[in-house]
Amino acid sequence: MNTNKNSYTFIYASIVVIIVAFLLAFVSSALHSRQQRNIDLDKMKQVLASLNVTGVKDAEATYKQYIVSEQLLAENGTVVTSTKPYQMGASGDNGCAFKCSTADILTQRPVYVASVDGQTKYVFPLYGNGLWGPIWGYVSLNADKQTVYGVYFSHDSETPGLGAEITNHEKFQLPFGGKHVMKDGRVALSVVKNGNVKDAEFEVNGLSGATFTSKGVSDMLQKDLQAYAAFLSAGTESNP
Amino acid sequence: MSLFSKQNKEVFTAPLGKNNPVTVQVLGICSALAVTAQLKPAIVMGLSVTIIVALSNLVISLLRKTIPNRVRIIIQLVVVAALVTIVSEVLKAFAYDVSVQLSVYIGLIITNCILMGRLEAFAMSNGPWESLLDGLGNGLGYAKILVIVAFIRELLGSGCLFGYQVIPQWCYNHGYLNNGLMLMPPMALIIVGCIIWWQRAHNKDLQEQ
Repeated sequence: MNTNKNSYTFIYASIVVIIVAFLLAFVSSALHSRQQRNIDLDKMKQVLASLNVTGVKDAEATYKQYIVSEQLLAENGTVVTSTKPYQMGASGDNGCAFKCSTADILTQRPVYVASVDGQTKYVFPLYGNGLWGPIWGYVSLNADKQTVYGVYFSHDSETPGLGAEITNHEKFQLPFGGKHVMKDGRVALSVVKNGNVKDAEFEVNGLSGATFTSKGVSDMLQKDLQAYAAFLSAGTESNP
Repeated sequence: MSLFSKQNKEVFTAPLGKNNPVTVQVLGICSALAVTAQLKPAIVMGLSVTIIVALSNLVISLLRKTIPNRVRIIIQLVVVAALVTIVSEVLKAFAYDVSVQLSVYIGLIITNCILMGRLEAFAMSNGPWESLLDGLGNGLGYAKILVIVAFIRELLGSGCLFGYQVIPQWCYNHGYLNNGLMLMPPMALIIVGCIIWWQRAHNKDLQEQ
């Protein structure tokens, strides 16, 4: 057969593309529900990691055990929607904060209310830009809405060994514990150049060699937490 | 011809040594720079590339007599991209942790020059079994260089191997410092250069007149 004929080339290319398209569509739809489940489980683990709960085996059960409720807030800090912790497969208005898309964080203000050893903690989602791609994380505050209890950061494509070190718990995330967030109505919690911490109440050392990723984390904290300013300044609620 | 004839063994072992894709053919340099700051991603990347080169070599070799010459590169690319996407989708469903680790490299695998190089130079003109061996050999040859470079970079750059501290604290107390330059991409090039230098000095066949 003459494989150099125009008609052959066209038909061959079309057939290959159609086969590949069907294959990809099939694989994608066949695996979608399993993938979504994995993504949800992973997100639960991330929320729990910000509460310093790590090494979780059954993320679904542990999530239910720690998270009391999920809320969406108005700009003035009042609760708009409050639901039970997200449950996979359940119907209705299920997990309002959990299903809140990253684009809506600044306008919907999702909060996870958790209880760790009987003490109330608030977990806030964060989403921002690193050097090469998106970075995200969760920060948990004590009941006073002022003191950081724990943080979790992750990234899509930061440089291994440099920017990717924001996932390093001991080196980068642990120092956030005990820092304070707000100062005169502004978010003062920030990441500064390594070794340049002036105000240890609010500042955390950045990673050397990863200036832009560190700055990305800092910007993400300031921008996203600022959206909760009213809620954070409102002080402790006796009945969360 | 038997499956493990001398010729076939040569197909498999040559890329590990004197026809290494990275140090002799100088392919796949870009990803060798990107993922070698630590050992673990280097190994993951090396294995992924090995699997994908072997599979795509096999598929293209089976199709080789039917592929129209004028669109062969496009067909190769479609096959590679489809394979990589399917593998990554399957991992996402059944081994989510691995897929999170790999997400950064998926794009790097598709555009890896070794893939196109092997498909064009070998799979288009050889049988499926030879092509599979050639793919495995080249993938492992690539992985080998990545691991060597990553070992040196992680050890001297952050004093760790696989993320565990191996250089003891008292070295730091006595004034030893990690070499931050090791973590930068240019250092990977320099290390690859040193490996090429060493290899050529020991192998007369590779020396130009």
